[in-house]
Amino acid sequence: MSLPAYLRKQEGKRLFDLGDIACAWGALYAGCSFYAGYPITPASEIAEFLSKELPRTGGRFIQMEDEIASMAAIIGAAWAGGRSMTATSGPGFSLMQENLGYAIMTETPCVVVNVQRSGPSTGQATKPAQGDMMQARWGTHGDHEMIALCPNSAQESFDLTARAFEIAHALRLPVLVMLDGEVGHLRETFDLKLPMEPLKLPAPPKPSDAPPFGGDPLPPHVLFGEGRYLHVTGSTHKPDGTRDVTTPEVHDQLVRRLARKVEQNRKALKDVEKDIPDRTKTVVMCYGAPSRPAAAAVEAARKDGLKVGYLRLRTVWPFPGDELEGLPSSVETVLVPEMNMGQLSREAERFTDKKVVCASKLGGVCHTMREILSKIKEVS
Amino acid sequence: MEHPLVKYLRPGTIPSTFCPGCGCGMVLNCLLRAIEKQGTDPKELIMVTGIGCSSWIPSPMFKCDTLHTTHGRAVAFATGVKLMLPDKKVLIIAGDGDLSGIGGNHLVHAAHRNIDLGVMMVNNRIYGMTGGQCSPTTPSDLYTTTTPYGNLDQPVMVSELMVSAGANYVARWTTYHVRQLTKAMEELMNGEGFRFLEIISQCPTHFEKDSKKSPTEILDMYKENSIPVAEAKEPYDGQLSSKMTVGVLAEKKRDGYIRRLEAVEKKLRAEDNGESKGKGHEGGH
Repeated sequence: MSLPAYLRKQEGKRLFDLGDIACAWGALYAGCSFYAGYPITPASEIAEFLSKELPRTGGRFIQMEDEIASMAAIIGAAWAGGRSMTATSGPGFSLMQENLGYAIMTETPCVVVNVQRSGPSTGQATKPAQGDMMQARWGTHGDHEMIALCPNSAQESFDLTARAFEIAHALRLPVLVMLDGEVGHLRETFDLKLPMEPLKLPAPPKPSDAPPFGGDPLPPHVLFGEGRYLHVTGSTHKPDGTRDVTTPEVHDQLVRRLARKVEQNRKALKDVEKDIPDRTKTVVMCYGAPSRPAAAAVEAARKDGLKVGYLRLRTVWPFPGDELEGLPSSVETVLVPEMNMGQLSREAERFTDKKVVCASKLGGVCHTMREILSKIKEVS
Repeated sequence: MEHPLVKYLRPGTIPSTFCPGCGCGMVLNCLLRAIEKQGTDPKELIMVTGIGCSSWIPSPMFKCDTLHTTHGRAVAFATGVKLMLPDKKVLIIAGDGDLSGIGGNHLVHAAHRNIDLGVMMVNNRIYGMTGGQCSPTTPSDLYTTTTPYGNLDQPVMVSELMVSAGANYVARWTTYHVRQLTKAMEELMNGEGFRFLEIISQCPTHFEKDSKKSPTEILDMYKENSIPVAEAKEPYDGQLSSKMTVGVLAEKKRDGYIRRLEAVEKKLRAEDNGESKGKGHEGGH
């Protein structure tokens, strides 16, 4: 993919700006050509920035009447050849859930950014949280797999948003980028470049080799306007796209194939930062904003002679359960600092017999290093 | 001999799934004729639909790129399609419940935005697919499966709402007026900006369940009970006692959204190519 001149000119620049803005830049460098959104704190900066910059790169921006419409528009745009994205926060994310399921069912590539804020409901609208991790996984109805990436810095907001486009278009699926208000609104340096090696994802079949909604498990890349008379529906459909909502096997095969697209690429999608030395007794498992104080706390605990490991998830869904299953026998406790009441702690429990302790933090503030350190000492 | 318009349909979609006497078949027929008359290549058409009986006209019947979306959201999906493929004709067919009930917000804003879409609202004044519940356009006092004591609401006047929201073209006809419908559909395909066509259509299964009128009796009633909008002394209020005003309700020449957007983009390109001595554009925030 070649960059438009406008972006080529700025490639490699170092900027000092919000995580939200880094996310928007990441989208541009990944070739985002369509954005539809609705204002919401703490994600509005992404829309504001792209309303100004997207037209300069040949892309199109539109502010829709609500988040339902935003999600609908990015799916429509994707079928019309756009590389599309929207960004929102918890309340808007809730409104997007039905159409998010539509994107899964119709195998529409798109990127949905959720800069999480403190809920339920309007909650603390301007304060950060990580309360949507399970909404991300299970918010839309029906059986499905989900892909969600979780940056902890401005640079990673750039990198992982770009990564999300790569995955979405390779697998023909929506991909979530789960920032939190802390990461979205922190200001730090980041570079305008794509340092990442492409993921090892299988190539889709040629349109001549598989029907538009067939393939095993990946479908070919087909679009509107190519003269194929595509029939795209969120109802259960056969590989050619035509509706069949009554044959049990058709539904079974479709839904299982959609899940297999993620399941078979689990290894390529896995992205963890890990430092678990021999004889580790406590592992701190973290993601997003709390991973910053957590990293400092692990370091401090080690200075105090404690045997502490660090496991950070950059890809949260699909959940890297194998990392929990494969923990060394010396490990007794997994400590999970989360800005929620234990959404991923509970997921971790499914994969390990070791004691899982959630260091839960609510109230719209992130853990401090000292809070996590004292929790490490408490459980060690 | 094969019907000359069958070429526009996906194989295997006839017979349709519509009930006997349903207006959707007539809407389909009018649209096929409009496409034929215009000589439109189906490759240049994209149909977007919602959920409901009338959404099954394009999905799966028409042989063109078709997006069968979630309930009420067809107009929002179509907005994304049109923005990325502005040279295609993007048409929407959906029902009164879909477009003016659950999707009312999108419809109003699309009209306000004057986005270049053609919307056909098949108004059978009831939720047909789910079994005859009261819809936003159901006349007052009517008994439906969810208004067992009579409908307390006033019917929403969707065409009039579209006029005030700023749609470029608004027309209302009934399934009796097949020639006028065909002509209006041509306007929908060719015009600029947001174009809206309300088609009052019979649902013999649900709406006329109690009256037990046959489809032809209903069409006769549409003929008797409609009046050209220019000749009407009273505005149509959507009630059974009120004469349906039919014809073109609005025809404006306001620039469509795509034309306005492309003008902005052209200006930006000129600036970025240094053709204008305007202020520089640093990439930062």
